[in-house]
Amino acid sequence: MNDAARQFEPKVVAYCCTYCAYTAGDLAGSMRLEYATNVRVVQILCTGKIDAILLLRAFEEGADAVYVAGCALGDCHFLEGNLGALRTVAHTKHLLAEIGLQPERLEFFHVPASAGPLFAQRANEMTARARELGPNPLRETIHQAAGKKLERQDDGRPPLPEATHGKLIRHSEQIS
Amino acid sequence: MIVGERKPLEQIEAMLEGFDKILIVGCGTCVAVSMAGGEKEVEELAVQLRMKDKLEGRKRTIDEITVTRQCDREYLEVLAKHLDNYDVVLSMACGAGVQFLAERYDDKIVLPALNTLFIGVAEDAGVWTQRCMACEDCILDQTGGICPMTICPKNLLNGPCGGTNGGKCEVDGEKDCAWTLIYRKLEKLGRLDYMRKIQPPKDYSVMTKPGKYTHQAFKETQENEEE
Repeated sequence: MNDAARQFEPKVVAYCCTYCAYTAGDLAGSMRLEYATNVRVVQILCTGKIDAILLLRAFEEGADAVYVAGCALGDCHFLEGNLGALRTVAHTKHLLAEIGLQPERLEFFHVPASAGPLFAQRANEMTARARELGPNPLRETIHQAAGKKLERQDDGRPPLPEATHGKLIRHSEQIS
Repeated sequence: MIVGERKPLEQIEAMLEGFDKILIVGCGTCVAVSMAGGEKEVEELAVQLRMKDKLEGRKRTIDEITVTRQCDREYLEVLAKHLDNYDVVLSMACGAGVQFLAERYDDKIVLPALNTLFIGVAEDAGVWTQRCMACEDCILDQTGGICPMTICPKNLLNGPCGGTNGGKCEVDGEKDCAWTLIYRKLEKLGRLDYMRKIQPPKDYSVMTKPGKYTHQAFKETQENEEE
């Protein structure tokens, strides 16, 4: 390993589902397991919520590797959220390949809630992969403007009146 | 609904060659449902193009906006205040939307980002099939709600040809024979006698392109205006 490679600390984003992968992360912590500190965990309710644009944006913002960790097949809390995520990740890999960014920078892992050591293993595995692939070439151009979504025109209608019913009040805020 | 698919990125890049300021305009109706040209797909394509530019060291401006529909004049008006800033407009609508946008802003270059496929239905998640070919003379009442004009490659109106084989079509063994489907459906409905009715030769003259249609309610007012 040369000096440049040794100095390079990859940024890895992990989208973890609450019910399996995130819980496994908690377990890994309770088990005092050490894993790569490069991994930034983003908790999501279900991997079914993952969208191609969310994954692309992570790379656009300079992530070196991104992975989505969800429940084992057939174990999804919402029955088939992880199946949808598998499709989304495969589709996004295709989108990355189209523009010439290595699709290996993106991965989907099944991490059951009981698998603390597997969580640590996947985190290390993905960090090692990012180290091997080198820095994301988009890192240097994060702040370079290249266009945006245009603001929608105001339709000229007055804003809706503020709702007076159905407001959510925290239990502690309720006056007894 | 009208089903479309996005052109390969290579083809889109080839069209955009030489333009520096690009506006991608999405369409929030049919092609949004067929996962080809809605707000989400516009965002995906814009991010892809921006990332590709940065990877290749190019500096272009790629902005994005999605309108409710590109086949209605009123929805195209919102673009008026933006378009002066761009060299080219990349429309993610069906062919009709692209043309209407190009007609409204006739001093702009408007490019298509999609290939328009057909009028179809959502068969499954992410799968669409053609169900209507807009023949302008619907006979679904006679065929149990199954269209032989669309499903039969030979457009046969009076029963199957000799090539029907175990319910499949001789043109493509993967595809169903329209007339087998119709027979089974009519049998289920207890209306097999419909099979005996002879359909007169199809009047293809009504299918002459390009179609134009004025609603009855608007015909008289238009005539009065002309007078």
